[in-house]
Amino acid sequence: MATLNKPKTSLISLASVLLLVLALVLPASGVLNPYVVQILMYVGINMILTLSLNLVNGYMGEFSVGHAGFMGIGAYAASILTVWVLPRAWTPWAFPLVLVVGGLAAAVAGLIVAFPSFRTRGDYLAIVTLAFNMIVKSVLENLEVVGGPRGFLGMPRLTNLFWVTAWVLITVLILRRLVYSNFGRGITAIREDEVAANLTGVDTRRLKLYAFLISAFFAGVAGGLFAHLLQFINPRSFSIIKSTDMLVMVYLGGVGSLAGSLLGATIFTVLMEVLRPLGLWRWVVGPLLLVLLMIFRPKGIMGFKEWKWLREEKVASSQ
Amino acid sequence: MFQILAQNALNALQLGSVYALIALGYTMVYGILTLINFAHGDIFMVGTYLSLAAAVFLLGLPLGLPLVVVFVGALCFSMALTAVLGVVIERLAYRPLRQAPRVSAVITALGVGLFLENFTLGILGPEPRHFPTLIPLQAWEIWGLTITPLQILIILGAAVLMVLLDFLVRRTLLGMAMRAISYNRLIVPLMGVPVDRVISLTFAIGSAIAAAGGLMYGLAYPVLDPYMGIRIGWWAFIAAVVGASAISGEPCWGALSWAQWRFSPRCCCRLPLTGTSWPFPSCSCSWSSSPRACSAGRYLRECD
Repeated sequence: MATLNKPKTSLISLASVLLLVLALVLPASGVLNPYVVQILMYVGINMILTLSLNLVNGYMGEFSVGHAGFMGIGAYAASILTVWVLPRAWTPWAFPLVLVVGGLAAAVAGLIVAFPSFRTRGDYLAIVTLAFNMIVKSVLENLEVVGGPRGFLGMPRLTNLFWVTAWVLITVLILRRLVYSNFGRGITAIREDEVAANLTGVDTRRLKLYAFLISAFFAGVAGGLFAHLLQFINPRSFSIIKSTDMLVMVYLGGVGSLAGSLLGATIFTVLMEVLRPLGLWRWVVGPLLLVLLMIFRPKGIMGFKEWKWLREEKVASSQ
Repeated sequence: MFQILAQNALNALQLGSVYALIALGYTMVYGILTLINFAHGDIFMVGTYLSLAAAVFLLGLPLGLPLVVVFVGALCFSMALTAVLGVVIERLAYRPLRQAPRVSAVITALGVGLFLENFTLGILGPEPRHFPTLIPLQAWEIWGLTITPLQILIILGAAVLMVLLDFLVRRTLLGMAMRAISYNRLIVPLMGVPVDRVISLTFAIGSAIAAAGGLMYGLAYPVLDPYMGIRIGWWAFIAAVVGASAISGEPCWGALSWAQWRFSPRCCCRLPLTGTSWPFPSCSCSWSSSPRACSAGRYLRECD
């Protein structure tokens, strides 16, 4: 079996390297204009967010609607680090570390959200996570130190297509490993039937905790990337509207599918850019899309399906 | 000291009445469908805007209508249209999902709420609107308390609506059907209860009551913007969750309205004392007052 896997794995790493090189070369070469590069970076950031939310909502079947809170915490933590803590000259080199710290800060917040998820599911957890999102936003608005409602600025523009691509690849590859591991089997079991999962020896508490931590971590990383792309963040960017956008991307692409997340993030981001001439009416499209999706195709485009290269590395399942 | 407390309680009763009217819609829908209707706050917002439109239209007519007529006209207009809106939302967005997982319905509700919000924003633009004065601005001093006609109108109006609702739910056939559906949605159709129609009516009544609350809110706090629905609706939602514990177990309708009545004032009566900005309460007070409100709700439920 190992020999069978070999070509596929090496193909993926080859493709990843190629993508990274492209991400380095393309913006520098001037083939793509800066606007397109910017949109590509947004697509990448949204991919990370969607993947992270899909871990909780799609694979684990919990219902988190406050993911923008994690993103906000990651964004503020990373920004504080680059603006106040690190010397300016170091920041380009320390950027990956900064993002990791932002992710870790979000993961700590994930702990707070994970605990109610041990006790509540469905609607109840939705309320808790919604409240979490609002708490994060309100706290940020009331923290004068980081600018309060005016927002926080001064971050250098460290995010570029290379870093975004790299983090998308890291997220995809790690999550792919995770969802096909014991851990992934465990959270899928939680989705299908939590009591039965517990009965068959799945440590549901620990798995839920891990899932929330991992999910929050990547959302925090995306927040850090976002902050250093826009060079300005304010609490309003991390409101429930942002969480709804993420939900749309997850359910558009498809729950329980990595490919779906990538697809959903791409389609939604590009669609919102195409609709930019509509002005305020653009914000009607997202919610409307969400409602229509829920009614007509609740599993999304790729619900529980996967592209070949993202599938499990096994010859054939005996189902 | 007593005067300050009493004055605060009175002011709180005014705001709490509005919250309670909105909260009733949340609990009615949750009771009957176990669906958190996140769009309800925005239905309230639409109701407020509709009453604004009616009031401005009637005041603009060259008939010189008395203010009472304008008030009643705006009330009827907004209640009727908002009821229709509630029914339409239920028909188009929630009914196709009645057999779907609960989470899908909740996401849909979120989507509908944001849609209403942004749709209003798209039509009317982001600038706040001013609500015309329909109730004469005057104040009476009684035992050192300042009482305004508006305050009396809101508190009495909310009380009347709640008593009517209580009567409807407990004493009429429709109310019996509602309670039956909330008790068991599978068996009830076998008894010949038209489930769809009862659910539609529930949405209509909940939305109409929210519209009445919207008119009252507009009169008391006359600045409207499209995001008021999510802001005010959220407090009402907390009132619904904490005051009525509608989120667990089968709801007991008679207790619900009263628990909210009792909770909502407490939610905000500490407002002026904590020094938060006037119309918008801070979260802390609602949580701190929760145990008493809960016990009140439980007590009433046991009695009922």
